[in-house]
Amino acid sequence: MIYTSGVDVGSTQTKAVIIDENRKIVGRALNDTGADVMVAAQTAFDNALAESGVKSDAVKYVIGTGYGRYRVTFGDDQVTEISCHGRGAVHMFPGTRTVIDMGGQDTKAIAVSDTGEIVDFCMNDKCAAGTGRFLGAASAALDIPLSDLGPTALRATRPVRISTTCTVFAETEILSWLGKGKKIEDILMGVHQSISSRSIGLLRRVGINEEVSFTGGVAKNLGMVEVLNKNMGLKMNVSDDSHYMGALGAALYAMDRVAVAEVST
Amino acid sequence: MENVENHELWRRGNKEGSMLFRKWFDNLDQAANEGKKGAYVFVMGSLTEILNTFDLPIVFPEITSLNTAIRHESADLLNEAEDHGYSPDICGYVKADYAVQNRGGQHPMGKLPEPGLALLTNACNTYLKWGEIWERMFETPLFTIDVPGTREMGTQSWPGDEQFEREKRYVRAQIDELITTCEEVTGTKFDMDKLRETLAYSNRMSAAWKKILELNKASPVVFNALTDGTAYLGVNNIMRGTQDGAEYFERLLEEKRWMHENGIGVDGEQKHRLAFIGVPCYPIFREFNNLFTDWGGVFVTSTYLWFASGGNNLGFQYDLDNPLDSLAEVTLIHVRDAMDSMFHPEQIIFDNMEEFGIEGVVYHPIKSCRTSSTGLADNRRALMEATDLPSLFIESDMMDKRVVSVAQMKNRIDAFFEGIEMRKASRLQEAAQ
Repeated sequence: MIYTSGVDVGSTQTKAVIIDENRKIVGRALNDTGADVMVAAQTAFDNALAESGVKSDAVKYVIGTGYGRYRVTFGDDQVTEISCHGRGAVHMFPGTRTVIDMGGQDTKAIAVSDTGEIVDFCMNDKCAAGTGRFLGAASAALDIPLSDLGPTALRATRPVRISTTCTVFAETEILSWLGKGKKIEDILMGVHQSISSRSIGLLRRVGINEEVSFTGGVAKNLGMVEVLNKNMGLKMNVSDDSHYMGALGAALYAMDRVAVAEVST
Repeated sequence: MENVENHELWRRGNKEGSMLFRKWFDNLDQAANEGKKGAYVFVMGSLTEILNTFDLPIVFPEITSLNTAIRHESADLLNEAEDHGYSPDICGYVKADYAVQNRGGQHPMGKLPEPGLALLTNACNTYLKWGEIWERMFETPLFTIDVPGTREMGTQSWPGDEQFEREKRYVRAQIDELITTCEEVTGTKFDMDKLRETLAYSNRMSAAWKKILELNKASPVVFNALTDGTAYLGVNNIMRGTQDGAEYFERLLEEKRWMHENGIGVDGEQKHRLAFIGVPCYPIFREFNNLFTDWGGVFVTSTYLWFASGGNNLGFQYDLDNPLDSLAEVTLIHVRDAMDSMFHPEQIIFDNMEEFGIEGVVYHPIKSCRTSSTGLADNRRALMEATDLPSLFIESDMMDKRVVSVAQMKNRIDAFFEGIEMRKASRLQEAAQ
C-alpha cells in the first residue's frame, strides 16, 4: 500500500494527515504551532503516523501547506493552503463550488471547478477581524473556552451589534457591552454575526455558488455554522474533518505526484 | 546565441537608462544649487515640449517621489509629511514630495530646484491639490490645462469629428496662454523653431517606443514590462522631447530587435505570459517581480506603460509644419488614452490578449492612489465574465512599505500560479484524451 501525507502549518495550529492509495484518511494529528515551526510540523506528522500505524518510510510523498509550508523540512514539495482547501473540500464533498475556510489569522473564500481547480479566491487583507483570531479575542475577554463560544452564542435572545472593525479593539467593545449589562450570549452572538458579515463579504467577491463547504478550525464552531447558514440562506457542507481539510488537500496532491511518477516510470 | 551576457547590446538600455537618470538628477541638482527654479510637470500630459523651448529645468515629482521608494528611503519622508498633518490615506507621491520640499529640496539623488512653475492637467484629481501645496509653500504659479473628455469608454471624440475640432481649439487656446505664462516666468521669448526641434525628438521617441512595446507580442519576451518597462518608461518621461531621449529609444529599439531576431528573452524560463494592471509596488520593486519570475511568470505588457508614458505608446507624430495645432491635437489624444488605459484596463486586455498571448492578468490596486485603483475589483469581474483568463488581485502600495506584506502577497501569488499550472495540465490531459 502506498501512503502520502499533507502537513498544514497554520498560524495557530499544525495539522497532519496520512492517506492511503484509495485516498482515505488513515491518520490525522493536530498540535499547536508555537514558536518552533519545524518541530510543530514534525510532531504533527509523527503523531499522524502513530495514529495510522503506518511506518514513516511507507509514506512516499509529503506536501507542506499553510504559512509554514516551507518549514516542513522533511517534505517533498509545497502547495498553498488556498489550493489545498479547495482540493480537500471537493474530495470530501464533490458538489462543492465554493469554499469558506476560516482559520486562525485568515479567512479565505475560494471558488472551485468540478475538478477541484481554483477558479478564484479572496482573503482578508491586513486585518484579522472576521477570522478565528476574532473569536480568540472574545474568548479571552469573556474568559470562556473557545469550544464553548458557539453553543453559548446560540442561546442569545437579543444579540448586540459589534461595530468595531479591529480584532484588538473588539475586546474593548466587548467589555463595554458587559459594562452596559448585556448578557454574554448576546454579546457572543454579536461577535459571530460580525465575523459572518465579513466572511460573506469575501464570499460575494468570488460568488456564492452552491454547494458551499466550510473548512478550517472555526468550522467546528456550531454557532458560526448556524449564523453563516442563516445569513446566506443555505446549508453548508461541514465535515468532522473540516479542521484537516488543508492537510487532506496536500496529501491528495502528494498522491497525484506519486501516481504521475508511477505512470512515467 | 552563446555568451549573450557578454554582448555589447545585452541590457544596454538598462545601463544607459540609469546613466540618463543620473544625468537628469545631476542637472536638477546643478540648477538648484545655481538658484534656478524648476518647472514641475506630471506624466499624464506633461507638455514638456513647450517647457523645453524655454530651457526650464523640468522636474517630474511623481518620478522623484517613486525614486525614494525604490531606494527604500520613502518611509521617513512619509512619516514626516504625516507628522505635519497629511493623512496616511492620501497619495504617497504627494507626501514624499512635500517632505523633500520641506527639507529645502534635498532628495536622496541630489537637490531639486524649487517649483517655479507648475503645469498640471486634469488627468489625475490629485495633481490639482498637489499644485496647491507648492502654491502655498512657494507661491508657485499654477497652470492647469483642462483637457476635455469623458471617462466613459469608447465615447471620446476623434480627429475629424466636429466635437474634436472644437475641443482642439479649446486646448490650443490654453497652450497659447501657457506660452505667454512661460514667457512671463522666464523673461524669454517663445521660439517656434525650438519647439519644432523638440517635437521632432518626441516623434522619434514615440515611434521607437511603440515598436518596442509591440516586440513583446513575440516569444520570447524581450523585456519585462514590469521591471525593464518601468525603467524605460521613466526615461520616456524625463527625456521627452530631447536628443538624449530620441537617441536612447532608437538604441533601445536596436537592442530589442537584436534580442528578437536572435530569440533572446529576459528573466529565464518564460512559462507564463502575464499582463500587469496598475502601478508597481516600488517599496519592494525587484522582490515583487521575483515572486512572479520564480514561477516562470513574465510580464509581457502593463497598463502602466500606456497610461504613464504621456501618450508616447501610441506612436503619434507631431506635424512639424503646424506644431501648435498638432500639439493640441496630440495632447487631447494622449491624455484621453491615458485615462482610458487607467479606467478601462480590461479593454486593453481584450484588445491585446491574443496578439500578446496573455495567459494571466495581475491587478495591483494601491492604497494611496484611488484614481488608478478605484473600480479595479469590478473591472476584474468584467474581465472574468468576458474571458476565462486567470487573474490575480493583490493590494499594496506604490510608496508605503507599511501596507506591503510580502508573506501574504507570496501566498496569493503562489496560489495564482498553482491554479494556472493545474489548468494548463488538465487542458493538456483533455487534449491527449
